[in-house]
Amino acid sequence: MAELVKLNIDGIDVQIEKGQSILDAAKKVNIRIPTLCHHEDLCVAGNCRVCVVEQEGRNTLTPSCATPAEEGMVIKTSTPKVRRARKDLMALLVSEHNTQCTTCYRSTNCELQDLAAEYNVDNNIYLSVLKEDLEIDKSSWSIEKDDSKCIRCQRCVRTCAELQHVNALAVTERGRDMKISTFMHLPMNEIVCTNCGQCITHCPTGALTERRYYDEIWEAIDDPEKHVVINTAPSVRVALGEMLGFPVGTRVTGKMVTALKKMGFDSVLDTDFSADLTIIEEANELLQRLKDALVHKKDVALPMITSCSPGWVKFIEHMYPEHLAHLSSCKSPQQMFGALTKTYYAEKKGIDPSKIISVAGMPCAAKKYEANRPEMRDSGYHDVDAGLTTREIGHMIKQSGINFLELEDSNFDSIMGESSGAGVIFGATGGVMEAALRTAYFVITGRPVPFDNLNITPVRGLKGIKETSVKFENCLPEYSFLEGVEAKFAIAHGLINARQIMDQIVAGESPYHFIEIMACPGGCIGGGGQPIPTNDEIRKKRIKAIYDEDMNKPIRMSHENPEIIKIYEDFLQKPLGEKSHHLLHTKYRKRKRY
Amino acid sequence: MAEVKELVNELVDKYGRERKSLLPILQGIHLERNYLSKEAMLEVAKQLDLSAAEIYGTASFYSFLDTKADGKYKIRVCKSITCEMKGKSDIIKTLEDMLKIKVGETTEGKRFSLLETNCLGLCDQGPAMLINEEYYTKLTAAKVRKILGEYIRNKY
Ligand code: SF4
Ligand code: SF4
Ligand code: SF4
Ligand code: FES
Ligand code: FES
Repeated sequence: MAELVKLNIDGIDVQIEKGQSILDAAKKVNIRIPTLCHHEDLCVAGNCRVCVVEQEGRNTLTPSCATPAEEGMVIKTSTPKVRRARKDLMALLVSEHNTQCTTCYRSTNCELQDLAAEYNVDNNIYLSVLKEDLEIDKSSWSIEKDDSKCIRCQRCVRTCAELQHVNALAVTERGRDMKISTFMHLPMNEIVCTNCGQCITHCPTGALTERRYYDEIWEAIDDPEKHVVINTAPSVRVALGEMLGFPVGTRVTGKMVTALKKMGFDSVLDTDFSADLTIIEEANELLQRLKDALVHKKDVALPMITSCSPGWVKFIEHMYPEHLAHLSSCKSPQQMFGALTKTYYAEKKGIDPSKIISVAGMPCAAKKYEANRPEMRDSGYHDVDAGLTTREIGHMIKQSGINFLELEDSNFDSIMGESSGAGVIFGATGGVMEAALRTAYFVITGRPVPFDNLNITPVRGLKGIKETSVKFENCLPEYSFLEGVEAKFAIAHGLINARQIMDQIVAGESPYHFIEIMACPGGCIGGGGQPIPTNDEIRKKRIKAIYDEDMNKPIRMSHENPEIIKIYEDFLQKPLGEKSHHLLHTKYRKRKRY
Repeated sequence: MAEVKELVNELVDKYGRERKSLLPILQGIHLERNYLSKEAMLEVAKQLDLSAAEIYGTASFYSFLDTKADGKYKIRVCKSITCEMKGKSDIIKTLEDMLKIKVGETTEGKRFSLLETNCLGLCDQGPAMLINEEYYTKLTAAKVRKILGEYIRNKY
């Protein structure tokens, strides 16, 4: 057991592991100390100083986030000196801030605004020194960067470095010219950025936000000529409630569907349907590759890696352009959905695809970029017209004046509204792997995967890289080449972990057959488009909600989803068939690493 | 650009590929090339496997590493508080008038770049400036006209 230290905070004795900060110790006894540059996911920066406290025996104030708790410390967190200092700091921050809360996207969800309000900062203490020539960078499909709202806490810089290992953002210049910027101040669409949006969810203010598209969607909804279809990803339904008055971890699937219908979407469908479809295509692709390798002794790229996280896809395109063959050729569920909306759906419903606006409700910032990749037009139209984040959907629901808390539940529309529990768990890290194994094992052996209740627990949880293996026995004749084979699997989330996996592959030392990678820590439930804040405590609750949703589904394997069976009968014919190749699979491109 | 590549290669061989080699490498390029071009920084990023943004962040932190100014003569006027109080703005104004450029800019033909810099350690003799390695102190507008006049006449 780790060594404990004992200290006293505001008259309360606290014991805490050595190495933890004063801030951690205070949290333990429910004493709240305000913070700005601190974030649970990131290393300590100690640059904002709003977390200062008084420490007995010291004249100067102590930053509690950056100071380890020590035996015998006596700390006071709310003295006149502390309050004066905090208020002064807030006044300084406000003096260089573009304080336009009434028009700011982060208003009511902004840490700077909260603290300024809490300390009732007097705007007249310091002259405004806001720089005037700051332009908002709207060059990226996904990310908007507004330096006039930046407090230079560097949370974004640390996020992009520590969680994602992309280092797209850096502290540049110095002194009063210091700003958070890119290589030579290039616009966001010209740099090496994965569009993952993690910098957004870690930004305390409105300086980094997603590029918003909801006004265009409202316009389409109001246009009687247009048939507006939305599909919503699994992670949206377990997080949306947080923005609308529900506790973290509440599933609001039915209410969300009702709200979207009330808002005027012509059809509210489920991305989980195309997640199920992804599983069928991807599992078959994996089996094909294994067969090519084992039976035909062909030189195929193994391990195969999932391709449903567009942040991850852009990452590998930039960082490992020579290793793109490892990526599954399957499009993400969003893009499969889009391509089918304007073909299969349009055909079945008898609607002119040029009149369809297909919208994707996603926990993701990168999917906005993905929707605008030039190759994503296989339906003959723009497959996905716009991607909305969970946050944008929350805003739209508020704008419609709907009382979300009191809303009745309803079901997704059909067709393309039915899903299995396997499609649902796509939202959590390990979920795609679990879903794929449930189906692949069944295809290979004709029996369900040998885990209690189909729950493949080794692939679950927040560990950065997870591993499991499955031995195939008593295979069906067609798959006899896998008899006795022990297949190895790995799961990584957060691009820093993806890098480890890739470096292993580059070195030729990867022991795996199939790998799931998600760009965002925790998987999509922790996506760059999810409600803010997101931290491990919140991630765990959203993950639990996802697995609860899975357990409540009558069908829990993708290949048993009746709508999936039907789409192959009526339209696609067979997995990896010609139509599938045209509509559901894609190619990748090499990009520059620096 | 093969040349920049060669230079960076040489410097990397000399100082190593670790993160701590970054500054000596940047200084080395600066010494040879007078400034850090975009291509040079990208080449360093590649060789050290660091992101381009990190290279730029480091380079732009130091006022003696130029990422833009590429004039043959770099005039660096101290902008720190003592020189500021002793009349640095007059000095800047005189220089701007004579060179017909603003701070941060380079004259046509790349002869002079006008820059501000942090304290030069000559506070007791401010306002102070540097032209390349030469320092000039106790500046007045008249003195600046004389010094710069000589550069313009003699040292093309
Ligand atoms: S970032 Fe926060 S404080 Fe600044 S304008 Fe937006 S809501 Fe207000
Ligand atoms: S952009 Fe946001 S996270 Fe980054 S330094 Fe500015 S305020 Fe902090
Ligand atoms: S979107 Fe992701 S990769 Fe791009 S700057 Fe933000 S954290 Fe870095
Ligand atoms: S939160 Fe402690 S210094 Fe910023
Ligand atoms: S303040 Fe100008 S040299 Fe020190």
